[in-house]
Amino acid sequence: MAADAAAAADTFPKLLVRNARLFGARPAMRHKDLGIWQTWTWAEVLDLVRAYAVGLNRLGIKRGETVAIVGANRPKLYWSVMAVQMLGAVPVPVYADAVADELAYVLSHAEVRFAVVEDQEQVDKILAVMDRLPKLQEMIYDERRGLRDYDHTHLHPIDDVIEEGRKALADPEVAAWLDAEIEGGKGSDPSIILYTSGTTGVSKGVVLTGERSIVAASDSVRFDKLTEKDVALAYLPLAWVGDHYLNYAQGLVAGFCTACPENSDTAMQDLREIGPTFYFAPPRTLELLLTRVTIRMEDAGFLKRKMFHFFIDVARKYGERILNKEPVPIFGRLLYWLGELLVYGPLKNVLGFSKVRVAYTAGEAIGPDLFAFYRSIGLNLKQLYGQTEAFLYLTAQPDGQIYADTVGPVFPNVDIRIAEDGEVLFKSPGMFEGYFKDEQKTAEVMTPDGYVKTGDAGFFDEKTGHLKIIDRAKDVGRLNNGTLFPPKYIENKLKFYPNIREAVAYGDKRDFVAVMLNIDLTAVGSWAERNNVVYASYQELAQHPLVYDMIEKHVAEVNKSLAADKMMAGAQIKRFLILHKELDADDGELTRTQKVRRGFIAERYAPLIKALYGGAPEADIATEVTFEDGRKGVIKARVKIRDMKIEPASPAMGKAA
Amino acid sequence: MRAPSGPDVAVGEVLLSVENVSLSFGGVKAVSDVSFDIRKGEIRAIIGPNGAGKTSMLNIINGFYHPQQGRITFKGMTRAKMRPYEAAYGGIARTFQNVALFRGMTALDNIMAGRSLKMHRGFFWQLLRHGPALEEEVEHRRRVEEIIDFLKIQEIRRTPVGRLPYGLQKRVELGRALAMEPDLLLLDEPMAGMNLEEKEDMSRFILDVNDHYGTTIALIEHDMGVVMDLSDRVVVLDHGVRIADGTPAQVKSDQAVIDAYLGVAH
Repeated sequence: MAADAAAAADTFPKLLVRNARLFGARPAMRHKDLGIWQTWTWAEVLDLVRAYAVGLNRLGIKRGETVAIVGANRPKLYWSVMAVQMLGAVPVPVYADAVADELAYVLSHAEVRFAVVEDQEQVDKILAVMDRLPKLQEMIYDERRGLRDYDHTHLHPIDDVIEEGRKALADPEVAAWLDAEIEGGKGSDPSIILYTSGTTGVSKGVVLTGERSIVAASDSVRFDKLTEKDVALAYLPLAWVGDHYLNYAQGLVAGFCTACPENSDTAMQDLREIGPTFYFAPPRTLELLLTRVTIRMEDAGFLKRKMFHFFIDVARKYGERILNKEPVPIFGRLLYWLGELLVYGPLKNVLGFSKVRVAYTAGEAIGPDLFAFYRSIGLNLKQLYGQTEAFLYLTAQPDGQIYADTVGPVFPNVDIRIAEDGEVLFKSPGMFEGYFKDEQKTAEVMTPDGYVKTGDAGFFDEKTGHLKIIDRAKDVGRLNNGTLFPPKYIENKLKFYPNIREAVAYGDKRDFVAVMLNIDLTAVGSWAERNNVVYASYQELAQHPLVYDMIEKHVAEVNKSLAADKMMAGAQIKRFLILHKELDADDGELTRTQKVRRGFIAERYAPLIKALYGGAPEADIATEVTFEDGRKGVIKARVKIRDMKIEPASPAMGKAA
Repeated sequence: MRAPSGPDVAVGEVLLSVENVSLSFGGVKAVSDVSFDIRKGEIRAIIGPNGAGKTSMLNIINGFYHPQQGRITFKGMTRAKMRPYEAAYGGIARTFQNVALFRGMTALDNIMAGRSLKMHRGFFWQLLRHGPALEEEVEHRRRVEEIIDFLKIQEIRRTPVGRLPYGLQKRVELGRALAMEPDLLLLDEPMAGMNLEEKEDMSRFILDVNDHYGTTIALIEHDMGVVMDLSDRVVVLDHGVRIADGTPAQVKSDQAVIDAYLGVAH
């Protein structure tokens, strides 16, 4: 199998040579151009990349140098990565939507002398910060449009560079030199520098080596049995570890075909046309797709709508069990088969999932209902957990062992340890060399015995042996009795209920866990309509006893699921209240990315916190609010508080759906 | 200063010249005794307050209205009366103030419609969709795809234009005009009703069209900022009379123009 043969090659250029030999006539890359899918075989790609590398060398790129690559998922940018690596230089991909400031930081920190960019937009962006990039000398671009009148002394179209190289390669001496360059590449040399997105401070350059990257990618290729017959659509940012791993590294190791969308807006249509067999999507994308399907079904005719709902119920009942190869009554199988014919099959076709064999989601917690929906219609969706520093996989769910609330067992050849304070530590085959030019930060994330700190807190589920990630390690607190208290984990569990819009959990250095909730006006509003609950405002609806009853049921269910985990059983919710107003970024209660600011909310609603922990059944609160036009007003309310029953720690299966 | 300032940006030879043109509807004088020229490769703006006769002027160039007096010379040929389709054959394409697309057809089909004058095979050949007719269609489709790529509207290729937001409809309309590969492109208020971002996008496309295809563009526009940034030369009309002609800088400082836009104390 391809993955085993890959072990012999310790750099990506060597793998490319191998692929051209083994799968020469098979497609390596596709790109939709002028409405038509263009295909390049592995042999053609090798040919192009060789010419490109020689062309780049003529421009002066030498071994060990860094080269920035800025743009969307386009074949020529992937080839740029390959060609740069072929010369022993180090590609540094940068997010295409990075603002000029971020771009300037990465380019100057990585000390790039060359930049390969997609189009005029990127050229302009770099030119605007040129004074901060004294080292940058040459720019190479893909899309010619709009650049015709630019000064071309230090600006080169990729096509011309390739053409130059092709002419030079006609000389057998040059060809022999290039062969020697490829052979001379060492697996221990840096292969790529991936800058982390920098959500937690300044972005850091993660240095990965060729050999380790290939070993890591070989493990996952074997794990999911990927072969040269697979197809993936590369639509996630080029500079993100996920794309570099899932498409570039796995593509080269397995020899599968990577398709590039026409542009970023057509990805959904392109997905349908390509019909990938390997698919990755963050939970948000999956949610967006489901919403779109739901809306379209609500607009569909009576018969279609009824059929859809009927068979989705069937899928909910039997779909997952069939996917997990568990016993299912013959009647259920028959119904599911019919559903596949009438609903699931066409639906998957519309979404572009017809041929997907392996699909992953990662990045944030996924709602159990959302996860179960895709699995029930027969999409083999799984979760993985990984990090740039690990070169991705740390855990992944094997086929048939899927749970919505775990990220799977430890990945082959990966070593995971949970620190005293709950932080997940790892050693992995693809582990990074260090942060570029930052010994201190590198030392900070390493333990003395060579493990890397993830910054995430988690634990191994006792029944399944799978890892559960609960929160960022620094946010995890402890109750006064020493029980672990991961606020986000509890909040997420609550927020998975459509009726609950926001949740804020408190418990660090307290006696028990208490939460403040926001109801979702749309969901609860439509429930109120159906149940003859009359209300005039959000405030009135939020304080309605029937709404409290309904939310209480949700909280009780969350407690039940927390009780199922020995680690979490002590962190059950003892008291809750529904806030009289919606948390709002304008009032500073949420960040602009809609994350709750726990500390600030605690201060602002101090009387409520006091009542929650003081045992009062209700509390008065007056809060200043900012209206959209900037005027301020005061909302006064009496908020009720409910007590919850604490479930005994029970060993129930925490299974998806 | 009443005499119009003379243009000093000579881009190329004169592509179209309008000499002493007058047009009236009954007693209403829409355009009276207007002269100006459009040179090859330039972006020429026709501006003026409401009712200045801008669209009438465009309709005259386009062959939709026939002026009672005056001469119009296009590509060295002076014509008496010209029908719109003759203008189209001659290499003049236009977009409209209120989008005029085939609403039920996809963006692709709308732009393809712009190619119809360039199709040489007859009706029956096209009906057969075989041999030379097919080859021809493939070639036309390639050109259309280039335009789709140019205007970055790949994702709406198959969407009926009636379902598209206004800004995108305008872009499709520009695409259809471009599909005619015109020598002269007339844009009637290309930014009307657009938000700032859409305006910026559209300005970029107009500049790119001019740069990439070398198309001569005459545009009518209300938004002064846009006009001043985009055009090489501006002719200003007021009540059907030309009151200024020159570079944006010249026109901006012209007292007559300022009076026409801001009004004068009577």
